[in-house]
Amino acid sequence: MLQTVSLSCLRGDRRLFSNLNVTVQPGTLLAVVGENGSGKTSLLRMLSSLLSPEDGAILWQGQDIREQREQYCAQLTYIGHLNGIKDDLTAMENLALSASLAGDHCDGPVAHAALEAVGLRRQAHQLPTKVLSQGQKRRVALARLWLSTRPLWLLDEPFTSLDTAATGLVTEQLQKHLTRGGIAVVVTHQEVGLPSGLIQRLRMNG
Amino acid sequence: MNWSKYSAPLSFYPLAGNMIPWFSALAALAMAVGLYIGLLVAPTDATQHDSYRIIFVHVPAAWMSMFLYVVMAIWAGIGMGLKARLSFMMAQAIAPTGAMFTFIALVTGCMWGKPTWGTYWVWDARLTSELILLFQYAGVMLLRTSIDDLRRADRASGVLALVGVVNIPIIYFSVQWWNTLHQGASVSMTAAPKMAAIMLTAMLLMTFGFWMYSIAVVLSRVRCVILERESQPAWGDPSSVPEVAEAR
Amino acid sequence: MNRPSLWEALRGVVRRDLMLAMRRRADVAMSVFFLVIVASLFPLGVGPEPAVLRTIAAGVLWVAALLACLLSLGRVFTADYLDGVLEQMVLIAQPLPVLVVGKVFAHWVVSGLPIVLLSPLLGLQFGLDGEALGVLVLSLLLGTPTLSMIGAIGAALVLGVRGSGLLVALLVLPLYVPVLIFGAGAVTSSMAGMGGEANLSLLGASLVLSLFFSPWATAAALRIALE
Repeated sequence: MLQTVSLSCLRGDRRLFSNLNVTVQPGTLLAVVGENGSGKTSLLRMLSSLLSPEDGAILWQGQDIREQREQYCAQLTYIGHLNGIKDDLTAMENLALSASLAGDHCDGPVAHAALEAVGLRRQAHQLPTKVLSQGQKRRVALARLWLSTRPLWLLDEPFTSLDTAATGLVTEQLQKHLTRGGIAVVVTHQEVGLPSGLIQRLRMNG
Repeated sequence: MNWSKYSAPLSFYPLAGNMIPWFSALAALAMAVGLYIGLLVAPTDATQHDSYRIIFVHVPAAWMSMFLYVVMAIWAGIGMGLKARLSFMMAQAIAPTGAMFTFIALVTGCMWGKPTWGTYWVWDARLTSELILLFQYAGVMLLRTSIDDLRRADRASGVLALVGVVNIPIIYFSVQWWNTLHQGASVSMTAAPKMAAIMLTAMLLMTFGFWMYSIAVVLSRVRCVILERESQPAWGDPSSVPEVAEAR
Repeated sequence: MNRPSLWEALRGVVRRDLMLAMRRRADVAMSVFFLVIVASLFPLGVGPEPAVLRTIAAGVLWVAALLACLLSLGRVFTADYLDGVLEQMVLIAQPLPVLVVGKVFAHWVVSGLPIVLLSPLLGLQFGLDGEALGVLVLSLLLGTPTLSMIGAIGAALVLGVRGSGLLVALLVLPLYVPVLIFGAGAVTSSMAGMGGEANLSLLGASLVLSLFFSPWATAAALRIALE
């Protein structure tokens, strides 16, 4: 269970949000919506422990994440605006490295399967990612979701650059994650195509 | 007295304002007496005649330059540990004064060097260490001005100050190792001074005077920093609570 | 809820950087070329007289190596910062200082080790021989990793800051001075017949100290840069 308690955020001179209290239960997707600059990305980065809040706390399973940083990081998969992949490496190499750095063992067939599941043609797997399009690079980044067994997913605008088919694939994977009892916090401009019972909406007013 | 209320910058502002005149007065008094003794009362040196008198400015300035760096690092450390904005502001206010004393130490060192050794600059241990200290001050100040985000600037220059303070004894040791030309420290807190007691008194008075001066200047600079950084309240309605709607 | 073991994480970080270096071999060559060019500038500026060159050899070669290390600092974290790999690394469930040691080690293999390997040739150009050459190589072998570890602190502090190329030089050079003194001192004292052991031990001590302390400062600086 993920909880924020009186969370507030100060960026430069702007207070983006303050006194934010949200609770997300397992099996729920928290969709964070709002205008540009309203603090959605900052909130997500706080939840991932990359950014420390000005005030307030974030609780995972009832415990402050600052007191258990490494254990908390072991429970989350964060995919931000940046893809987190190296241009000079192939999609396969990128995925294999991300997986091994997350403690998931990923051999050839598993990696191929994940890349295909996210809609990347097999021929593209062994190309250096710098020759791929934006959408294809995003898919390589998101392929981690097919390998991740971690309970908390933090995704910042995952559907950017994706076409309808790919968006559908990612949404389906999100649903499987929620069915397994996982939690997802997704910053998004578009509606997530999941049953409304699974979605909790948070509108940031900034 | 509840000191912790002064950790808020806006509460500290008037307190600092009240303290400045006292420290300024002490500084003026100590420096006046120190200079009087040093320039007029202390005896002429056998070999260096009157040119040695620059030591009454050079040595206290060098001591202050190192002392202020350590104090700056301590404030930075407190700021990082307690996440206190005022501590970072103090560190920010100290840096220029410390750099100034370093510069004074270097210039007076050159002024001493010419009549004593014949050249304006000698690559001896103390002057070279002071030069590197000046670079360290410059680094801390430049790092702060190069980073736009205030909070990141505070913490980054804090890390640099802490790393730099560890470097100071290492520099001192390594530069001495490299060259022991400079007149060895003739005033030490524990060993008997090689100088006449009257010279020691003058130097200690000048050091005290510089210290009081530093406090006065740093307090008045931190007031400027407080005005700059705190006068605009963070914009954005502080009571905007985002709506949380459970989708049905 | 898988997490990598410390060794797995370290190996992954090092492997990624070494793989990238293999794909861009020009980067390795750059450090080497820079070193050769700078070292060659001195005889051009000072005159080719062998006695003079022998006198300045230790200092010149060490300063050239130091500048080459300094220039390579832009490559430690910047690319990872820009493509998001750095924030993923910070989120790995293992202590960040250890991962930093891995990154810096990989960086040293690409940028520092070539300097060490090339130094005997440059030493010969300056008229060094026998024992002095050996001490030169050993001093660089101990010194260049130290320079990489210390330099990483500066590189992490200036991530994403404008003018970071020159700024990192200003931040890092005061920290480099002791290593330079011990390193060049080792060669000089060996040439003077006093043996380089004292300076080499000081270099060794600096390396050990930097291995213990600079990863913490670098990790703190990385987290600050990512906020």
